[in-house]
Amino acid sequence: MQQEASVRGEPPGKAKMEFRQGSALRQLWETNLEVFQRDKMALFGLFIFAVFAIVAVFAPQIAPNDPLTPLKNNEGDWIKDAMPYWLAQPGEDEAEGYVNNFLLGTTNIGRDIYSQLIHGSRSALLVGFSAAAAVAVIGTVVGLLAGYYGGWVDAILMRAADVAFGIPFIPFIIVVSAFLDPSIWNVVVAMAALLWRDTGRVIRSQVLVIKEQAFVSAARVSGASDLRIIFVYIAPSILPLSFLYGSFAIAWAILTEASVSFLGFSDPETISWGFMLQDAFNSLALSREAFYWIVPPGLCIMLTVMAGFFIGRGYEEVLFPRLRRM
Amino acid sequence: MSRGVAYYILGRFLQSVMVLWIIVTLLFLLFRLAPSNPLASYIDTTFTKQQEAALLARFGLDKPLGEQYIIYLVNLLKLDLGDTFSYSGKTVLDILGADLPNTIYLTLTSLLLAYAVGVLGGIVMAAMRGSAFERIGTTFTLMTRAAPQFWVGMLLLTFFAFQWKLLPSSGIGPPMVRYRWETEWDKLMSPVFWRHMILPTFTLALYLHGLPLLLMRSNMLEVLDQDYVTMSRLAGYSEWRVMIQTAARNAMLPVLTALTLGIGYSIGGNVVIEHVFSWPGLGRTLVRAVQQADYPLAQGAFFLIAVIIVFMNFIADILYSLLDPRVGASAQAQVS
Repeated sequence: MQQEASVRGEPPGKAKMEFRQGSALRQLWETNLEVFQRDKMALFGLFIFAVFAIVAVFAPQIAPNDPLTPLKNNEGDWIKDAMPYWLAQPGEDEAEGYVNNFLLGTTNIGRDIYSQLIHGSRSALLVGFSAAAAVAVIGTVVGLLAGYYGGWVDAILMRAADVAFGIPFIPFIIVVSAFLDPSIWNVVVAMAALLWRDTGRVIRSQVLVIKEQAFVSAARVSGASDLRIIFVYIAPSILPLSFLYGSFAIAWAILTEASVSFLGFSDPETISWGFMLQDAFNSLALSREAFYWIVPPGLCIMLTVMAGFFIGRGYEEVLFPRLRRM
Repeated sequence: MSRGVAYYILGRFLQSVMVLWIIVTLLFLLFRLAPSNPLASYIDTTFTKQQEAALLARFGLDKPLGEQYIIYLVNLLKLDLGDTFSYSGKTVLDILGADLPNTIYLTLTSLLLAYAVGVLGGIVMAAMRGSAFERIGTTFTLMTRAAPQFWVGMLLLTFFAFQWKLLPSSGIGPPMVRYRWETEWDKLMSPVFWRHMILPTFTLALYLHGLPLLLMRSNMLEVLDQDYVTMSRLAGYSEWRVMIQTAARNAMLPVLTALTLGIGYSIGGNVVIEHVFSWPGLGRTLVRAVQQADYPLAQGAFFLIAVIIVFMNFIADILYSLLDPRVGASAQAQVS
């Protein structure tokens, strides 16, 4: 899968990254602040994540029904394929022996679609953020070590990146989740095992530039150890880049998890938006034109993925000023 | 071509072979992770112990792991991918050979469409930078990249195939027609086949056009800053001539590399679209094989997709070094 920020680890447009002066943590904080102050879309992305995060945390309180239990009418039969109350024929629900208060209707086995949608935000955010954190950490450490030490460390790590670039992404995740227990954590691990490649390459090329700078030589002369130079002196300068790739990784992880669930390789006990769409697809919701079932999960995926894109682009515009809209 | 470039290409080629060998080894280990004996779904419960042992011996599964690995490598080199479990009497190569053309038709058509639209769109976006049109256009493109491909496919299917009944919903053609295609050429000449290809191609192209468009836009913005563009403006060339002939030509190079990489990655990423449209290609076969625990077929499909990706990565590297003089020079510096 190709990343928004680059085609295989070239900094976008080969533009030079701007370095900042001042204490490490302060400059990191200032960069982050600048991203969200300058770019209203990045701020909007943050807002989308915040809303979904609140929904995810309070899912059991917000959702009117259990997402997995089929709802039953007075006679104990499943309330199959109920339309949303704002679309349904008035009086149909009374005739069938239930009260239609379903915002988005029910599935073909009588599960509440709206409640599934609410609960789906949990797996999306969980997968998105944990995979992105793993990608950012692995990619940053690999890039730092390869760029700083060079030589055989660099050779081994970059050949590993080549291997990661050569493994088909979705097929790999499908095979891993089919062979191990179906759980979202296996999907996260499988994604992290491959997606660090872009981050690693880009950070390595920036480290190559930074390690030639005066403050690094100064630190070396003053007797700082290699690890101290890497993590105390160099790392803060490239951390904004890790955030950039982390934000894009959130987007890719959510999209990938949706695809894998849609293909039927997710835990059937965990509701996710991709799982909902698989359910709709397999139970022929398409031929019944059940838009109330098909549209909402896809919109939620699109919104959260775009939030990741917006934030990533915000970082891009601050870190690579030449890309800024002129 | 200078000797330095030739050495660079040879070095890259050897590196690609090594990368492929590591991937193949990982694949071997990955399939040993399979929850049960790879023959579990194949072995009937009525089999006797002897029959079972004979079967294991036939697939070489009774040997120690190291020996299995050697057999596996030798078979791959001979392009012997084994027999499938789920299609009786067919080898893995038979199935994949039939799937590969379908995947290639879908991928290449979509990529060409996407890159044509993307490159033109990128030029327009760069020319109109700062306008409302550019903001709306870029946001639309971001939306197409954020929307799951399978969901876009489902929506298009609902409208075009089910509601309006304009286009077929799945496959490459009705069985009766398919039966009459004796060669790939017959298939390609058949209007029925192309009608089936419209929806999947459009869905895939809609997703794929984002990368060239955004890449072209940012390259154009960078190139338009350069002195030679200002020079040709001062020389009195029309704005369109400056945009197309001078700027776009130079901004195209990274997009070409992206296209080369895109071929490999799309073939690996088409899994989802092929599944939605029941398109009989490599991706759909891979998904089915994993679901039915047909391990030789799944392994074969995975291997073939990996070979294509590694090969296209290699081609992209070469293209990049030939097109970008700086990479070529540093490559020469490395070998000399």
